[in-house]
Amino acid sequence: MSSRCPVTHWYDFLGLGISLFLAIAGSTILNMWYDRDIDAVMDRTHHRPLASGLVTPLEAFRLGLVLAILGVGLAFIMMPIYGLIVFSGLFFDVVVYTIWLKRRTCWSIVWGGISGGMPILAGRVYGVGSVDAVGVLLTLAVLFWIPTHILTFSMRYVDDYKAARIPTFPSTYGFGATRITIAVSSLLAAVSIGSAGLLIGMEWGFLRLLGVLTAGLVLMAIASIFRPSERVNFGLFKYASLYMLSAMILLSL
Amino acid sequence: MKISPLDRILLLLMSLLSAWQVAIGINDFDTLPIIAYTIGFGTLIIAGLLIIILGWEFLESPFVVVISSLIPASLSLGLAWEYLPDIRIFYLSFVSIGFLAILATRLTGTTRNFPLIIVTIAHGVEGLLISLLPIWLVTKGLVSVSFLLVGFGGALSGLSGLLLTFMKFNKPILERSLTLHILPGLLLVSTAALVAGFSF
Repeated sequence: MSSRCPVTHWYDFLGLGISLFLAIAGSTILNMWYDRDIDAVMDRTHHRPLASGLVTPLEAFRLGLVLAILGVGLAFIMMPIYGLIVFSGLFFDVVVYTIWLKRRTCWSIVWGGISGGMPILAGRVYGVGSVDAVGVLLTLAVLFWIPTHILTFSMRYVDDYKAARIPTFPSTYGFGATRITIAVSSLLAAVSIGSAGLLIGMEWGFLRLLGVLTAGLVLMAIASIFRPSERVNFGLFKYASLYMLSAMILLSL
Repeated sequence: MKISPLDRILLLLMSLLSAWQVAIGINDFDTLPIIAYTIGFGTLIIAGLLIIILGWEFLESPFVVVISSLIPASLSLGLAWEYLPDIRIFYLSFVSIGFLAILATRLTGTTRNFPLIIVTIAHGVEGLLISLLPIWLVTKGLVSVSFLLVGFGGALSGLSGLLLTFMKFNKPILERSLTLHILPGLLLVSTAALVAGFSF
């Protein structure tokens, strides 16, 4: 949608929706399959089907693999470069982030962020046929938004992550440094989205509204540094989610 | 006091109306009114969303008085700039000084009645301008009758501001629970009136 190209055929939208849904669902199931041992010791996740024993690991692995192959396969059939980016997202998420880095370093979220940015890049590439500056900016926007989302979450559930021995920013660098990281990251996400909006040719009115919503995000990020509390921290998490949803809607109007 | 689902819905509607106004409703104005109205309605959007997310505890922040003072200041500045060209610079100066004075009293933690006097003077003048200017413009035939809605919305918005401000200074006009009970509806009706007044 962000490409503003005349691709309005129902089968394009359906294909994009189905391929991304299958690939992301497959990737999520494979992540849960690999992380079932740490999910079982974390309060927040111990009720998940794999961790609680409702589903066997083999069942989950097979389902995840089938969905991932179907999603990536459909993406390749639709357009090879689109399929390549969908596959990259899945690879970065499952192999690089979950299997390789998540249990080793808190910086793994960078790769989690990159994989999170792949769907929007894939959609953009499908629309315009190549990787362009707008696609890269939108990917960066998601990449920089991820810390606002994930780090506030990891501060809220810091004990859970410690129990599972997962290194996080709060447990490695402390809450203060994490809050500053979130604030800077929020600013960079806002700059990336705003720049993408300008390049896309977003109308001034929508840019104004985006600016207002960005001001709220920055306000919350600053409040979380200077007046830290559990409520502000989780408020920032919720606002960041709402911000990204609103920004994506505005970009597609 | 916990925020209710109905309060959340009313505040969301207010934020959506304000968002429409920022994105579409002010496109035809001059640059400074566009900036002023963006700040005014933008403040309503952010305030609405933050109350929805953080609950009424958001109002405990000492900066609520500063943030809420942006609404009458910016809306009245936009109107003055557009319809009172002779006093543009004077009014811009008044609004700026008023806002900086409110900010200063909050930052320095000044106590006693001084901050309340500053807020009352600034809000009073700005509120009167938003409420009375549309009536004067309509009687002169310079704008359509529907513009009276801007005055009505401004008056209600001013009332919301006064209720909040006096509550913040521990001199509540109404009981705190009653103020919080009527605030979402009051904000929604005032925003709807302002948006309608500017649109028709």
